[in-house]
Amino acid sequence: MILRAIRHLPLYAALAACALAVLYPIIYTFSYALMTPAEAQAYPPNLLPSGLYLNNFADVLELVPIDRFLLNSFIVSVAVVAGQLITSNLAAYAFAFIPFRGKRLVFSLFLSTMMIPWEVTVIPNYITIRSWGWMDSYAGLTVPFMASAFGIFLLRQHFLQLPKELLEAARIDGCGHLRIFAAIVLPLARPALATLAVYQFLNTWNMYFWPLLITNRDTMRTVQIGISMLKWEEAMSHNLVLGGVTLVLLPSLLILVFGLKQLVRGITAGAVKG
Amino acid sequence: MANARTMRAVKRRDNLLGYLFLLPCLLFFGTFLFYPLFKSIALSFQLTNPRGEPVAFAGLDNYAGLLMSGTFLSTLKATALFTLYTVPAGILIAFVLACMTNARLPAMKTFQFVFSMPVAISAATGAVIWALLFHPSAGMLNYFLGLLGFRPVPWLIDPKWALASVSLMTVWMNLGFNFIVLVAGLRGISEEIYDSMKIDGAGPVRSAFSVLIPLLSPTLFFLLIVSVINAFQTFGQIHILTKGGPMNATNVMVYQIYQEAFVNWRFGSASAQALVLFTIMLLLTLLQFNWLEKKVHYP
Repeated sequence: MILRAIRHLPLYAALAACALAVLYPIIYTFSYALMTPAEAQAYPPNLLPSGLYLNNFADVLELVPIDRFLLNSFIVSVAVVAGQLITSNLAAYAFAFIPFRGKRLVFSLFLSTMMIPWEVTVIPNYITIRSWGWMDSYAGLTVPFMASAFGIFLLRQHFLQLPKELLEAARIDGCGHLRIFAAIVLPLARPALATLAVYQFLNTWNMYFWPLLITNRDTMRTVQIGISMLKWEEAMSHNLVLGGVTLVLLPSLLILVFGLKQLVRGITAGAVKG
Repeated sequence: MANARTMRAVKRRDNLLGYLFLLPCLLFFGTFLFYPLFKSIALSFQLTNPRGEPVAFAGLDNYAGLLMSGTFLSTLKATALFTLYTVPAGILIAFVLACMTNARLPAMKTFQFVFSMPVAISAATGAVIWALLFHPSAGMLNYFLGLLGFRPVPWLIDPKWALASVSLMTVWMNLGFNFIVLVAGLRGISEEIYDSMKIDGAGPVRSAFSVLIPLLSPTLFFLLIVSVINAFQTFGQIHILTKGGPMNATNVMVYQIYQEAFVNWRFGSASAQALVLFTIMLLLTLLQFNWLEKKVHYP
């Protein structure tokens, strides 16, 4: 194994150089977040911190309520994921197992929603939310995203692959749709549910345009909008800004570490089906 | 007879239950996708007051004004250039990295994790980090260039450099997604083909062109379509890094729509512009399907 690795030394050297280049913005962020103000202002710049200076995090929290932004983003992302799990499960079950009239028409109607880009719908949606008095509210941040064609198709695809005999047997036993759904389909669909949950959590967590429009008060801002406030504070030193960025980045990286498999499945679900 | 009646009852119950299960989705799609689509079309023919309420029928004035104004052409140019800068480079770099990590060697999983990493980073977080990296005097990029003996680059402040700088950041940010898609594509190619490539003895570049690219063409085609659509919808990094400037150099279409709608509060002309953008994206996607689908090699 090691011998083979040595034979491929040029490949490893090239990969290491590329990895360093790709990682550098993240290394830079973490390094500066741990530097003392003096270290961060030195020229020529320091590449790495001399120790672990943790005061930046406390200092930046005092200037910008990042903890509140994190809480808001968390609430919004969980609500959207919960909403999509409910709506997608119901619709996917109907498409997969219930024979009803007009199924193909409704299915293609749902498919067509993937073609509508958000910049076409965003102005009327803004008007709708404003007229409902939902500005600066969790409802305004979440309700427009409670259903997605992506979620429906992902789950339907999974449901259709469940063993037919199992469902037949349950039906013969006299189970109704609700029983079959709750007792058989849902437990078996757990991997697909996890894929949808991780994928949409990250998507919602990273949303920028909509929260920018819908929120004005600091107490309702999500992390992505909050983080850009750090940039506008021209006077703020790099170590504080990047301390804030680190706080925002950590949850995303945790999702990546623990949910990479689900994330990859979510991304490739689109690729495979085209 | 009784049997037929139960059959009909079951059918009726299934119809009812089917639509009951679809009801939540129908409500959300209706309110936040289909209604807005038609409302946008209606708005694009109207003039609105500063509060965004329609006040007068404008006919095609919004569209005519768009085509007459120099801003529209310059945003179209910026969007096209941004797409040209980010899409081919983004796919090519991810493809090379995906091929490099596709070997059955130790530590490849680690490298794959590293190259997938940018997928978790949002446009906003990425933009704030790169804003500091791009800083003309205190930024690390110019510091490293200085070490290599280059003169500092006016990344975001020079109209000639700004769009390229935003593109550089975007290519980095999209790398994770492109890489994940391509690695999955490479994994779908059977072991025998890799073996026969080895026996064939062709170099890595030759075999990439003659074997891998045709076999990967469905994946590459998907990536191309998605990347072009994404490039046309770019907003976050522009809003944070340059605000469309300097001198409109990075004023891409979605940023211009945002300004027209939510800074100038002209919903009518902003809607017209959004629909024009939608049409351009649709035509581009259709064109890609027409030109390239024949070349895509479906197994």
